[in-house]
Amino acid sequence: MTGSRLLATTLLAVLVAAVATGCGRVAGQEPVTLQITIHYSQFEETELTVPHGVPVTFVLVNEDPIEHEWLIGDAAFHERHRSGTEGHHGARPNEISLKPLETMRTTLIFDEPGTILYICHLPRHEAYGMVGTLTVT
Amino acid sequence: MRRPLTLVAATAALLLTATPALACGGLIGPNGAVNLLRTTTFAGYHDGVEHYVTSFEFAGGDGEFGSIVPLPGVPTDVVRGGDWTLQRLVLETTPVPEAADGVFAAAGAELRSAEVLLETKIDALEITILRGGGDEVGLWAADHGFRLPPDAPEVLDFYANRSPIFMAARFDADAARERGQAVGDGTPVHLTIPTDNPWVPLRILALGRTAAETVQADVFLLTDEQPAMLPDPNGILGTPGLSLDHAAPASPQLLADLRSDKGMKWVPEEAWLTKVGINAEAADLRFDLAIDASGMGAPSLEDAGFAPFGPAPVPPNSTMVWVILLGLALSLPLAAAWLITVAARSGPGGRPLAGA
Repeated sequence: MTGSRLLATTLLAVLVAAVATGCGRVAGQEPVTLQITIHYSQFEETELTVPHGVPVTFVLVNEDPIEHEWLIGDAAFHERHRSGTEGHHGARPNEISLKPLETMRTTLIFDEPGTILYICHLPRHEAYGMVGTLTVT
Repeated sequence: MRRPLTLVAATAALLLTATPALACGGLIGPNGAVNLLRTTTFAGYHDGVEHYVTSFEFAGGDGEFGSIVPLPGVPTDVVRGGDWTLQRLVLETTPVPEAADGVFAAAGAELRSAEVLLETKIDALEITILRGGGDEVGLWAADHGFRLPPDAPEVLDFYANRSPIFMAARFDADAARERGQAVGDGTPVHLTIPTDNPWVPLRILALGRTAAETVQADVFLLTDEQPAMLPDPNGILGTPGLSLDHAAPASPQLLADLRSDKGMKWVPEEAWLTKVGINAEAADLRFDLAIDASGMGAPSLEDAGFAPFGPAPVPPNSTMVWVILLGLALSLPLAAAWLITVAARSGPGGRPLAGA
């Protein structure tokens, strides 16, 4: 997203930030939990909206018997992953690999409003339609 | 993420994927080029048994790759197919110069994971017959090094809802090379499957293809009677991507040649030969070929994948189209007679239709 930056942290970082900023979120806004289900190699939730500055927990449910990825970031981030070589993701909270029929949780804080995409970059999966849009208000 | 692409190529059925070194797509070469090979399948049906013969062609490359083929029932036998059955069928339905016939004649003188039901090895192919739902078969495939393309979950369910039997074939290209197999050499596999009526999986041929990619295949059917098929490649409105390329009583010479091949003694004295050509965009190939070989003329909607599981609309049935056309033809004179009667009544001397 142009002019905005994705603040990807681990859950521990989220908690630290929460303490540092007086619960670490925009005043009056509660943490958000969203579920994204993957079925037949499609994100069932393709248009999501979250507020900026609050922890957002994504529950990623892979209902398929094949592997998928959930990678969220700006255009440059996705361009890197289209030609990337990592076989498995997991070290960063905005890069999640899902084994067959696996459910994973990850928590992120988006510090600025904007629009970013989440995509599965396994071969042919993006072309097959595994793309979703996250709007940060 | 990306993984290096490995050559994938084969005929018959489809080539899914394989090993961690292989990309998701089925028919992708190391340079990203798509190898669109024409596949050939034979389904013979006699005495309640389907004989399914397909060939896996070595197209070069390294490593392993594989294929999953849905089946209409549990095979009682999986063996190496005969040496010339598929070629002889192609020859029968493709005009060739006289000299070629002579060449053939000389050669033909002799030519929670899914439940594993059967395992066997045929040349460089490792064959496993599986029973399970789409998820179970998908998990089995993942556990055994197959890397399925993104459309696999839906396609596996499409088949598992009707018949939870699949054949997984792992092709070891290195072993093929060690065996001296040259590029283009095929390994025919012959499955014997007791079933009420045969059907031929077609949608699986599009697995791993993009919507606009073309699927080409030849399907040969040998049945006791002239079969009724759904979709009907000879329907009055036709079926996009399907063509009836041959339909005639099988010649005694063909039957004799087939019967002389390995495992083909079941071929009857009289039979009907049908050849269906497939030349369809992958997006359109969302059905299978249901066959009614009983002579009743009622191929199963379910076997074709149209109901209740199929996502595609039922194609026009030629019989129904003829009934509708006949109805229209009969109703036209009646409508004309009614109009004449009405016109006569409203004319001079007749009763006015309205007002005075």
